[in-house]
Amino acid sequence: MTTTTLPTRADTGTDVWVAACPTNSLIPERGVAVLLPNGDQVALFRTHDNTLYAIDNIDPFTNAAVLARGIVGDRGGEPTVASPMLKHVFALRTGICLDNPDVAQRTHRVREHDGQIHVRAQPDQHHDVR
Amino acid sequence: MRQLVVIGNGMVGHRLVEAVLDRDPDGTWQITVLGEEPRPAYDRVSLSTYFDGATETDLRMPDLSATGNVELRLGQRATGIDTESRTVTTSTGDTLNYDALVLATGSSPFVPPVPGHDLDLCHVYRTIDDLDAISEAARGARTGVVIGGGLLGLEAANALRLLGLQAHVVEMAPWLMPRQVDEGGGALLGHLVEETGVRVHTGAALSAIEPGDEHAARVRLGEDHIDTDMVVFSVGIRPRDEIAHTAGLRMGPRGGVAVDATCRTSDPAIYAVGECASAAGTVYGLVAPGNAMAEVVADQLAGGEATFTGADTSTKLKLLGVDVASFGDCHCETPGALEVVLNDPPGRRYAKLVVSDDASTLLGGILVGDASAYAGLRPLVGHQLPGDPLELIAPAREGGGGLGVDALPDEAQVCSCHAVTKGTIHSAIADGNDDVGSLKSCTKAGTGCGSCVPMLKKLLTSAGVEQSNALCEHFTHSRAELVEIVLSTGITTFSELIAKHGTGGRGCDICKPAVASILASVDGGHILEGEQAALQDTNDHFLANLQRNGTYSVVPRIPGGEITPDKLIVIGEVARDFGLYTKITGGQRIDLFGARVEQLPAIWGRLVEAGFESGHAYGKALRTVKSCVGTTWCRYGVQDSVAMAIELELRYRGLRSPHKIKAAVSGCARECAEARSKDFGIIATENGWNLYVGGNGGFNPRHAQLLASDLDSATLVRYIDRFLVFYTRTADRLQRTAAWIEDMEGGLDHLRSVIVDDSLGIAAELERAMDRHVSNYSDEWRGVLEDPDKLARFVSFANAPETPDPTITFDTERDQPVPAGPVPLGMPETPPATSGSGPTETPHPNPREA
Ligand code: SRM
Ligand SMILES: Cc1cc2nc3c(=O)[nH]c(=O)nc-3n(C[C@H](O)[C@H](O)[C@H](O)COP(=O)(O)OP(=O)(O)OC[C@H]3O[C@@H](n4cnc5c(N)ncnc54)[C@H](O)[C@@H]3O)c2cc1C
Ligand code: SF4
Ligand code: FES
Repeated sequence: MTTTTLPTRADTGTDVWVAACPTNSLIPERGVAVLLPNGDQVALFRTHDNTLYAIDNIDPFTNAAVLARGIVGDRGGEPTVASPMLKHVFALRTGICLDNPDVAQRTHRVREHDGQIHVRAQPDQHHDVR
Repeated sequence: MRQLVVIGNGMVGHRLVEAVLDRDPDGTWQITVLGEEPRPAYDRVSLSTYFDGATETDLRMPDLSATGNVELRLGQRATGIDTESRTVTTSTGDTLNYDALVLATGSSPFVPPVPGHDLDLCHVYRTIDDLDAISEAARGARTGVVIGGGLLGLEAANALRLLGLQAHVVEMAPWLMPRQVDEGGGALLGHLVEETGVRVHTGAALSAIEPGDEHAARVRLGEDHIDTDMVVFSVGIRPRDEIAHTAGLRMGPRGGVAVDATCRTSDPAIYAVGECASAAGTVYGLVAPGNAMAEVVADQLAGGEATFTGADTSTKLKLLGVDVASFGDCHCETPGALEVVLNDPPGRRYAKLVVSDDASTLLGGILVGDASAYAGLRPLVGHQLPGDPLELIAPAREGGGGLGVDALPDEAQVCSCHAVTKGTIHSAIADGNDDVGSLKSCTKAGTGCGSCVPMLKKLLTSAGVEQSNALCEHFTHSRAELVEIVLSTGITTFSELIAKHGTGGRGCDICKPAVASILASVDGGHILEGEQAALQDTNDHFLANLQRNGTYSVVPRIPGGEITPDKLIVIGEVARDFGLYTKITGGQRIDLFGARVEQLPAIWGRLVEAGFESGHAYGKALRTVKSCVGTTWCRYGVQDSVAMAIELELRYRGLRSPHKIKAAVSGCARECAEARSKDFGIIATENGWNLYVGGNGGFNPRHAQLLASDLDSATLVRYIDRFLVFYTRTADRLQRTAAWIEDMEGGLDHLRSVIVDDSLGIAAELERAMDRHVSNYSDEWRGVLEDPDKLARFVSFANAPETPDPTITFDTERDQPVPAGPVPLGMPETPPATSGSGPTETPHPNPREA
């Protein structure tokens, strides 16, 4: 039986940082989904060069919460994830859908802290390149 | 407007209308076509494929009546011609005026007037109606006799065989196909035909057909006889010239309407084309000369001056899987001509070239058993030989062998069906037609019998046109090339492969799963082991099929579709306990839908415990081997199809491949398991099993084709082993077996030579590879359940592993859960959460946080 639970928050100032998982449990190039306090979800990835990215988990084309389960790779050098649903490819840095640049996922900051990976609950305001 | 009336809507009549329309863009001719058959023109040359799965629609020729200038009157026969008033009367009592009239009435099969020729069980083989009658008669029949061992007779024998009958062929001459092949070729041909299970009786003259007791009839061949349920006559054709005869037109010396070089009859307003015409005293029984006549008449009608001066009667065919080709002066009738013969019965090939007295010019030839040299040789007829004649027919060496296209002069005819020369094809390529498809539509080459298609490919290659087969931006290689690399280097990880052989970068959703599949098929090992896990797409990663709302479906393997009541009950209980939607699939098993990621391990725990294993519905892998009940229950079954299906499914389960692989086994020719729609299909025969390959349903349905017949079980399994490993190694990504075979140089013949004759010498290695697969197999789901690391991935959220994804909700339909649709987002959009905000706050039991 499952119980509905909500994640703890690690606060710093006004930013809400959500502890996602222990650093060593995030396999390179394989995402995980992270539940945010407000019920939103992000897809969290570690690329092979050890960079962490988080973008909205819900595939905007199908409304299914599956981006974390996509294949991580790159297109023209841009790190990407391909939605497992209809295979749209999203840039991990900007959230922009490379197959349809009118569509973009929100991105979230990610940091490592105390052996945990944290995702900032608030999405980034702009598609600022990190 | 001028009135053109065409009598006959067969292949040549059709071609004539097409050719007239091509030359008459302004529509100055109003065309009326009278067709006696109830259906529009169809491809008679391919008629026999009707028994091989082709439908009436597949055979139909392009519709020409759309232009408005053409009126097709089907089911209407021309009954008389009045050359004075220039009118034609029809079977419906209509009278049509004409300015020009074309006779394209074809021919009818000749039925020798022996006693009994008119019994109900006697048939002919010319129209779709004839074939329907033969199929009907074959129901419940066991034996069929074909009278006539020519080209059509052998096609008819094959048809009877495909209908499940023991077929016999009776030929008066001392060998089969006497018109096309000589004694040496005929001897080998007879032998190869017998091997397919057809009984051959040569030098046998039919004397009578007598109604029989046990069988429907007894066919008397002098002293001998054959008891049979049906007879098909195929001893020759007679031009349908009655109507012309009655109208007073001049006849040819051996029947047919006499025509001059412009294809005009003795009445200048009347032309004749195709099999009803006698041109310079010859009646041609092939479509290519008929088409050439049609072009001539169309040109004449447009005011041109084209003439018909005889035609190429070259033939290449595959009868009962046996290649036969003959071209040019195959019987060595040119004075002084010499023969170069290669007779190799153990190698199952006979080849003869006829050359001029100084051995410099090719005049003709005969190929039996292996006609791969045909496409290169036929266009050379009448031209300088590019080398030693024996060399040209010597067995093909590694890399294709035979004759290079460069040896051909520009005026050499590459496509004889449509009289297209190498020069024409070259200019079409130069105009930017860079694949076979566009060459076909631009030049018509390859759209007839298809035997010149390999030539078109070679011409494209020799013109330097190459289609990229790069997998994606990360690899310039094709899937098959990557298999080669992996096999020869022993590389076992994607990282190493892309570092050493890729173009840089980290791969993508195309190359990663493709490489994962290659690594899995070469190396075995669990697909979620180590780095491999990150290569799998979501289905393989969660060993389940992703559904539109983010849930997964679960398909336990049910080999051959056979399942005990106890196991059925377990499936029912699991579905009930986890609230899953259940459905019987098209693959003879049961699919449980609506499982959330975090539920999968518990569901599979129950299933594995009850003895189920992964059905690989999620993988590019073997799916199911369907079966019918076979001998166990069915009164028609001739082999145990269930046992065979189960054996095969258990043998090949888990095999990763370029695309999914499906199979089926039917217990008799009634084919209840639909084996011929599968990548490999097996149909039981009295003597063993027939193996078909290259079928699929789906987007572009294909019927599987016969690879080998009457195999014993061990040989069957060996051939399938070879076939599957060869496929997994050489096919393209997402290429099913049908497309793979179509793309293969030499097609099914080549495949057969590799699988059956081991022409590449790799059969033993292919079998070893399959043996390795079989002994390395273990159930993927059991592997996950036994490994905590792998299990740890089956969580909904990294930070809330047991919390169901709030976006997943269900409605109820017909008493079962279905995705609530349109799929809602679980939560309304909220502004970015600030500290302390958020919905209900409950303490968090995430074990990872502890
Ligand atoms: C469940 C099932 C339909 C059913 O309710 O009966 C089904 C369901 C799906 N089929 Fe199918 N196919 C199912 C039998 C078939 C059949 C019939 C058969 O196998 O006898 C065919 C035609 C035969 C064939 O494949 O040649 C079939 C032709 C396809 C195709 C087209 C393949 C092609 O070559 O064109 C696809 C798409 C693909 O694989 O790329 C496809 C893909 C799919 C996928 C996997 C689509 C997807 O990616 O989500 C569906 C999800 C399955 C799931 O979630 O479990 N399915 N699919 C059947 C499962 C059979 C099984 O027990 O494994
Ligand atoms: C099984 C089979 C396999 C063959 N294989 C090959 C092959 O591999 N290669 C090859 O080159 N050729 C092959 N042929 C021969 C080829 O099909 C013929 O050469 C070709 O069809 C001739 O075309 P046609 O238009 O002259 O005659 P048909 O195609 O016979 O058409 C004549 C049409 O006219 C109709 N008709 C006749 N009289 C009248 C009338 N009074 N009023 C109205 N309509 C009338 C007939 O019903 C018929 O539909 C094969 C033939 C058969 C039967
Ligand atoms: S294929 Fe033949 S043996 Fe199998 S069920 Fe059908 S009729 Fe019976
Ligand atoms: S030779 Fe028959 S299609 Fe070209």
